[in-house]
Amino acid sequence: MSDHEAFRAEVREWLEANCPPEMRQPVKDEDDVYWGGRNATFKNDAQKAWFEACRDKGYTVAEWPEAYGGAGLTPAEGKILRQEMSRIGARPPLSSFGIWMLGPALLKFGTEGQKQKFLNEIARGEIRWCQGYSEPGSGSDLVSMQTFGEDKGDHWIVNGQKIWTSYADEADWIFCLVRTDKENKYQGITFMLFDMTSDGVSTKPIKLISGNSPFCETFMDDVKVPKSYGEDIPGYVGEINRGWDVAKYLLGHEREMISGAGGGDRTAAIGAAMKRMSGELDAVLRAELAMFDVDALAYSAMGEKFLDEMKAGKGHPAQPNMMKYVGTELNKTRHELMMAAGGSRALEWDSEETRGGKPARNWLRTKANSIEGGTSEVMLNVISKRILDLPGA
Amino acid sequence: MPLYHDDDQAMLAETASQFMAEEGAIAKQLRHWRDRDCKDGFGHGLWKQFAEMGFTGMLVSEDDGGLGMGSYEAGIVLEEIGRNLTPSPFLASSVLAATALKHADNNARERWLPGLVSGDHVYTVAIDEGAKHRPETIRTKAEKSGNGFKLTGQKDFVLHGASSDMLVVAARTSGSDDDVDGITLFAVPKDAANMSHDAVRLVDSSMATHTKFDGTELDGDAVIGEVDGGREILNAMLAAGRIGAAAEGVGVASGAMDMTVDYLKQRKQFGKLIGEFQALQHRAAHLYSEVEIARAVTMKAAQLLDGGSEKADLMISVAKAKVAKAAGLAVKEGVQMHGGIGMTDEYDIGLYMKRDRALQEFLGDMYYHAGRVAELSGY
Repeated sequence: MSDHEAFRAEVREWLEANCPPEMRQPVKDEDDVYWGGRNATFKNDAQKAWFEACRDKGYTVAEWPEAYGGAGLTPAEGKILRQEMSRIGARPPLSSFGIWMLGPALLKFGTEGQKQKFLNEIARGEIRWCQGYSEPGSGSDLVSMQTFGEDKGDHWIVNGQKIWTSYADEADWIFCLVRTDKENKYQGITFMLFDMTSDGVSTKPIKLISGNSPFCETFMDDVKVPKSYGEDIPGYVGEINRGWDVAKYLLGHEREMISGAGGGDRTAAIGAAMKRMSGELDAVLRAELAMFDVDALAYSAMGEKFLDEMKAGKGHPAQPNMMKYVGTELNKTRHELMMAAGGSRALEWDSEETRGGKPARNWLRTKANSIEGGTSEVMLNVISKRILDLPGA
Repeated sequence: MPLYHDDDQAMLAETASQFMAEEGAIAKQLRHWRDRDCKDGFGHGLWKQFAEMGFTGMLVSEDDGGLGMGSYEAGIVLEEIGRNLTPSPFLASSVLAATALKHADNNARERWLPGLVSGDHVYTVAIDEGAKHRPETIRTKAEKSGNGFKLTGQKDFVLHGASSDMLVVAARTSGSDDDVDGITLFAVPKDAANMSHDAVRLVDSSMATHTKFDGTELDGDAVIGEVDGGREILNAMLAAGRIGAAAEGVGVASGAMDMTVDYLKQRKQFGKLIGEFQALQHRAAHLYSEVEIARAVTMKAAQLLDGGSEKADLMISVAKAKVAKAAGLAVKEGVQMHGGIGMTDEYDIGLYMKRDRALQEFLGDMYYHAGRVAELSGY
């Protein structure tokens, strides 16, 4: 038996013993997702048991080093773990912008002290993070941001406003892009970390066309951000005024996440499910579903290739832009087709059967996919310039 | 298995890329033979060179004198064939016929494989019976006659049928036209009596035949595999051929796209390089995405096929359909973005459009395969 086969067998056995049956069902509602944080509560014992088992094993962040709360798995072992979890339909034990975004940035740019403190807190689900990037008036043109941090020696005084801050009202800390030099567009931004309960921080939810509000406006009014939280724990990541390097690196991870490449094949194969739901399908709808499944299954192979290449350091650095572009466009099409297959039932906004209008609300929510994290048009700009090397306008 | 080439595969890709760009280049092969109205549609000299490179017997087992490689490796060579529009019997002989012969007995393998591996012979397959690919229906009949069989019926879209030394023919030995069972595969030598070819040149300058069997007499040892047990071999052959055609299509798409992106960087209009216009940039970036995805799923499907996965069939159809969409887009955008010169015979971009059309139709177009995806998925 090869080492990998042995590892697979070990993982199977561990999952069998530790993943409760309730955690092997698809996520149905928002509270099926565990986000961690200071004020987190568990929906039920199974969710708690599954989270704690993974946390103790290092499986919330399996490929991070053991010193930072991970299990120190190799990329190949990480892939086996994901495959085995997906085989039994296991839910992610912990969802977290700390894991998806801040963690990778700290692993690359953080000091040892920052890694010891923040990565361990993220891995154990103790601190829930949100991301302060976009500002009103600077959407896809992110570097035009205006939020300003005035240098006061051992701290900054930050003033400004962020928008589209996902779950800002529930987050404990924020990683936030702040302009610290007004003269320099790119090299005048610092990537700061601070507590959301700091004086001067307030949030306000934004209601969307789906009727929900995962996003907030975040206001900063004379917020004091320390330059240090202790020995070797700066209050910023990377260098002062060079936060754009960190932000760019991190955007790659965000795009990967939004495209679903990190989370398997969310977009794949809906025709069969639609038939189970709706009975006989119209011939033209069936054809459209088949064409969609072709695209979606092909895209899931692309996702696999992309991850394999990334782990091996072979991929093009702008490839996440392509994954983001295609993944979000596919997800929108998927929900259009689900609405069509669902018929009048899918229109119900508040019935019990639709669990409060899930199909329609999800459909509307997907319209943001090709806007958030950079619009499809921006992705296409990046592909044409950085991959195809087409001349600048 | 990761979805990128390992060291051996990367080396093969480099070898194939260099060989096809030099020896199989458009001017040297496709245009050369086309302009001479070559009756075979390809050059036998190049085919011998294929053999010297070891390409002809890639899918033939080492015991039979080949390299014993898989569909993934054949796909690497086919992608380069596609990129250079290199005319050759590789797909028909080395992929389709070779896959069928894997299932033949020792006598047949000894008779047919050495010529294929050495490049002295070319083979093909006769499956379709009509303008669209419908291998579920086989009407061509093979009736017992003495120690052998008598073949009656007509096959269409037989690639270079008139130039082939042997044709693998799918015929019905029992049951009715649409039955799954009752199919037998035969290795029909070119000199078989009462077989005639109506050869036609296709849009991409390749040659195909309508081949008529009018009581064609075959020995008993022409049977590949078991009498009435041919469906499984036919399916294996189709799987290898379809993923091969998809791989070639990825090459056609890439070749057309690269040529177009290069053109966008050279051609000036309104005082600017046309590649500076965002409308064209976005279309090029979209095209790039589609071609990359088509390549990824083709690699994935080939790996599944080589690994004997039960998911292979579904992913092969996904790949064939996705490549058809991506390559179709690549050649259409290619001709459009080249503008007027894209319509001229002098420029190569139009040749990609012609090859793509023929390749799309071969072994099932995107509608056939999307329909198959729906069926295999249970809707």
